[in-house]
Amino acid sequence: MHALWRLAAVAVAAICGIVSAAGIEDGEKRSGFDFMTPQTQALQADDMSNPGMLWVLQGEQLWQQAQGRADVACSGCHDDARQTMRGVAARYPAFDAATGRPIDLAGRINSCRAERQQAEPLAPESDALLALTAYVTHQSRGMPITPATDARLAPFRDNGRRLFQSRIGQLELSCASCHDDNWGKRLGGSVIPQAHPTGYPLYRLEWQTVGSLQRRLRNCMIGVRAEPFAFGAAELVDLKLHLTERARGLLIETPAVRP
Amino acid sequence: MARALVNVPKVARQGEVVEIKAMIAHPMETGYRSGPNGSNIPRDIIRRFTCTYNGEEVFSADLFPAVSANPFIAFTLVATTSGTIDFTWSDDAGKTQTASADITVN
Repeated sequence: MHALWRLAAVAVAAICGIVSAAGIEDGEKRSGFDFMTPQTQALQADDMSNPGMLWVLQGEQLWQQAQGRADVACSGCHDDARQTMRGVAARYPAFDAATGRPIDLAGRINSCRAERQQAEPLAPESDALLALTAYVTHQSRGMPITPATDARLAPFRDNGRRLFQSRIGQLELSCASCHDDNWGKRLGGSVIPQAHPTGYPLYRLEWQTVGSLQRRLRNCMIGVRAEPFAFGAAELVDLKLHLTERARGLLIETPAVRP
Repeated sequence: MARALVNVPKVARQGEVVEIKAMIAHPMETGYRSGPNGSNIPRDIIRRFTCTYNGEEVFSADLFPAVSANPFIAFTLVATTSGTIDFTWSDDAGKTQTASADITVN
């Protein structure tokens, strides 16, 4: 196992010899879907075999369920998600005036729970939170990512870009080292995708469950042997802001399947 | 909350071979892993899956720890008469989950 790690570290060092700050050209933007094997693509494409649909189904049930001391369901205010939530996920993260910070969809669901339903917040990566997030995001499937243009988001988005380009961890890699400069090449046996958040929450075969973008980001940070940000950390939301801007125009696939 | 997705064609011709798909949310915990405190995570897998067509068992499967989480099972049936196809998953915890779908044969 140790030898394997050393080998991986050497491979990483080799492919990152040349590092530039250039991003991905608009015409070259590709979803992670394009880098998968045909078998995994087929798994995602068929709703009857896509395991992520189990979470969407659960989210649909939770949407109707009254919660908290206010005894009101999501549908109590928002009615039929198929109409009211269409396109919402495509513009998140949005600016939250109450906290003066950007907020992602899972954060919005939890703040809605606290304020409107007067219920306990759902734990990060809990099935219920992933299910609701997946259900709401699923309503925007097939729509292009169109990040909010709110000027107040700009400083946070800039911070996200800075984080994306900052080298971190014992391997001294930034997100950009792999996903801007070396996408399409291989890291061990896997193709390096462009890291566009088109399908979150998504079903990752390695996880054998659905996970959020935050989980994926933390994974990558552990991979370069850095101390990962905590779930819900402001930095992770800032990164997401940058990633959605970077993926502008790509279509939402939730629930995606990834290896 | 049962989370199962079953796919049965709504309509089929007499004698037609139809594909049935069934997927259920289940951790399929192998029993070979240990938790954060070092103690064993007890095994929790679906042991048996059965499918009945108008009450008669037409397909069943034994599942083992090597089967992945959220098992997906696809198989074929010969459509004979209109009726109900029932699915049952039973796991180590003694819990049984069910789903059903109707099929019209003409």
